[in-house]
Amino acid sequence: MSPHPYAFLAVFAVVAVAFPLAALGLAQLWFRLFQPAKPGETKNAVYECGLAPTGDSWIQFRAHYYLYAILFLIFDVELLFLLPFAVAFTALPAGALVAMLVFILMLAEGLVWAWHRGHLEWK
Amino acid sequence: MSDAAPPSPEITDAERAELRRHGILLTSIEELYNWGRSNSVWPLQFGLACCAIEMIAASMARFDIARFGSEVFRPSPRQADLLIVSGTVTKKMAPQVVRLWNQMPEPKYCFAMGACAISGGPFKQGYNVLKGIDRYIPVDIYIPGCPPRPEALLHALLTLQEKIRGQTISGRGAPRYLQPDAACDYPVPEFGAHDLEPPKNPDVWRPPALVRREGA
Repeated sequence: MSPHPYAFLAVFAVVAVAFPLAALGLAQLWFRLFQPAKPGETKNAVYECGLAPTGDSWIQFRAHYYLYAILFLIFDVELLFLLPFAVAFTALPAGALVAMLVFILMLAEGLVWAWHRGHLEWK
Repeated sequence: MSDAAPPSPEITDAERAELRRHGILLTSIEELYNWGRSNSVWPLQFGLACCAIEMIAASMARFDIARFGSEVFRPSPRQADLLIVSGTVTKKMAPQVVRLWNQMPEPKYCFAMGACAISGGPFKQGYNVLKGIDRYIPVDIYIPGCPPRPEALLHALLTLQEKIRGQTISGRGAPRYLQPDAACDYPVPEFGAHDLEPPKNPDVWRPPALVRREGA
């Protein structure tokens, strides 16, 4: 009886879980046997490049920043596709030009929308 | 043969070399532990002055500190084993250096690289320069030079590796961090109005005392 064609996936999963668990367990065992814990006030403090830490490290960033990420993507994607388009411009048929114009129009529409909503103004 | 001494359980180096020639490698956990530790000393990515340029040169292709397992300069003290105090420590910078040292996990080692880190060097008479980082941090290896060449840094690393290989896990040869009652937090000095406060850590460094003998 031949093994199931996907049996290697099960083996892979078992090894992928067992190997790090063994390594972590060994490290924990070593810690228990030999290594006395040495916590300290400065050692446990938040790392701020050596400066005295101020506040907690678990600060939250405002979710509103997603708009800037999306605005960046408009220019990023535009550049990504415009460059090969410009390089191959002379050899392209008219259909490609129309397709590219539609593509740019869609991106520009997003930019116009953001501009209209006032997202481009720094607050 | 009844009066012959019983065979010693200890294996001499000659016997071990003989076994190794036949392809048998004998080792102990301690040796394996030290071998692994001494060949993966990760320095903190931390430069202070011109010595740091030499440190960077040591990490690049010509001198290639990677040959000794120390190419992984960590940008966080949490992952670093070695603090290379590479350059002039101003009094404004000293608290940061000591705090970084405190934030490194044990076992950790410290190089005082160059004349400035050892003693203040050419700026020893300056009002704003710490006269040796060993006033706050226990230094393992001093690297003289102004600045020391990358070879000197590599030599210091090899010397540190020798030191690590000589440490034991338990008993009298055990390093400080393996002793349960040894402290690990070094007091971080404050940048005061006139000098660092305190100006030194007396547990680590005491000024050399001049003893005058009568009639001398």
